[in-house]
Amino acid sequence: MNTDFTPTEMMTIAAARALTNDDVCFVGIGAPSAACNVARLTHAPDITLIYESGTVGTKPDVLPLSIGDGELCDTALFTVPVPEMFRYWLQGGRITTGFLGGAQIDKFANLNTTVVGPYDKPKVRLPGGGGAPEIASNCGRIFITMALTNRGFVEKLPFITSMGHGEGGDHRARLGMKTKGPTRVVTDLCIFEPDTETKELTVVSIHKGVTRAQIRENCGWTVKFADFVEGTPVPSETELTVLRDINARTKKAHEAA
Amino acid sequence: MARLCSLSEAIADNVWDGDTVAMEGFTHLIPYAAGHEVIRQGRRDLYLVRMTPDIIYDQLIGAGCARGMKFSWGGNPGVGSLHRFRDAVENQWPRALDIEEHSHAAMANAYEAGAASLPFAMLRGYIGADLPKVNPNIRNVTCPFTGEVLAAVPAILPDVSIIHAQRADRKGNVLIEGITGVQKEAVLAAKRSIVTVEEIVEELNPPSPNSTVLPSWAVTAVVHVPGGAFPSYAHGYYPRSNAFYIAWDKIARERETFAAWIEENVMKASPEDFGKYAAKKPVKAA
Repeated sequence: MNTDFTPTEMMTIAAARALTNDDVCFVGIGAPSAACNVARLTHAPDITLIYESGTVGTKPDVLPLSIGDGELCDTALFTVPVPEMFRYWLQGGRITTGFLGGAQIDKFANLNTTVVGPYDKPKVRLPGGGGAPEIASNCGRIFITMALTNRGFVEKLPFITSMGHGEGGDHRARLGMKTKGPTRVVTDLCIFEPDTETKELTVVSIHKGVTRAQIRENCGWTVKFADFVEGTPVPSETELTVLRDINARTKKAHEAA
Repeated sequence: MARLCSLSEAIADNVWDGDTVAMEGFTHLIPYAAGHEVIRQGRRDLYLVRMTPDIIYDQLIGAGCARGMKFSWGGNPGVGSLHRFRDAVENQWPRALDIEEHSHAAMANAYEAGAASLPFAMLRGYIGADLPKVNPNIRNVTCPFTGEVLAAVPAILPDVSIIHAQRADRKGNVLIEGITGVQKEAVLAAKRSIVTVEEIVEELNPPSPNSTVLPSWAVTAVVHVPGGAFPSYAHGYYPRSNAFYIAWDKIARERETFAAWIEENVMKASPEDFGKYAAKKPVKAA
């Protein structure tokens, strides 16, 4: 097989590796959904994947286009009404990990999916928060995955849809939150983790073939690198096969009906 | 007792200009046929409520039926923007749209509060988020026992809620299966309700004592509209047309192509046209 990989494939696989068998994971649609299912089909077969449509312990054979595709319900251990999902399971503190994407992120891993420009006179009206505001505060920890671009990784967000580390430091704790917030941000070029004190996103791992200059160029703030920056292990043959197979099945399924 | 009637009668009798209308269905069982009938009957000034106003509200907004909308995620799931919604918010076309935006958790809680006949819902929510700064209906309430400050939002109390379900019996008892979203809460929170169904059967025979059933005496109108959830899906009957959701992006992008689509597929169409999307032989729900 062709073991050359695209930056997007590297991103999905590196994001998948963050998950373990013991995770109970609230899955965002799009890139997070791909990563979570690659984890399930490789090193974490017993992971519990939950989608906000109420599907719990779902094992989709193709990636859902929407958060409530029939595939999710058909392959779930059980399905609950949406109020129960948000009240008992999410707010009740039963979810270890939330996996989110976003349109824009800042250096403290706050996310914007609401508007670009002023709220009342938006330049671009984005879909909005959906489940994200409470996923971000109620899950034990948060992983984020999105491509590293200047438009996406910005110095200041026009709108905070869901809080990451707020203004940094102990901001979450000051607001009474007991959960960890974002602990890892996986991009197509590198992996960020928040600094233990300041909570500023810091590059801890760089994907193969990527330079520090490229990362600086594609990030909207002056990016910091950890003292010891690792090289992200390249995708294994198994990881690539699983990802490409599920993507191929998904494409076929979405174009069919 | 629910009245079994035609879709045009159900909409004419229960959806009035100026109403607060909730059409629910979380990706699944979205009442598209009923939405089209509302457009055909030319309802105006509706205040629309829905957690995920996907294509169905893009159509109602673009057709000029809505004065406002309460929602928590306004996109074409997995595809991108709702272009008619964006045109209304960004350019006030075809008219300005007064929006009240929440999170999913708040909307779900607010429907539940409505069903429970409470004036508001509370949740541990919106912490550190900007929505409370732009939505004055997101407030705080202090727990009288612990002193914890929690978010509070008004209950959702629609004039009329509209949902689609798998089947009903001749008395009008309704069975919902699969992803049930907030449909039960939306119906119980509303003054009036319309349920369109894939099938009318002699005996409902709920598959489990814990099945989701809306009894006839909690529903205003039940209408037989096979295929009425297309392009969303009916668990056990037909799959979601992801291809249509993808195609909608192009249809809705320009005002002209949107208007032509509505003319051809809504104004010149009837509820029976949805029948072609229904599976001829219903398969048993998995």
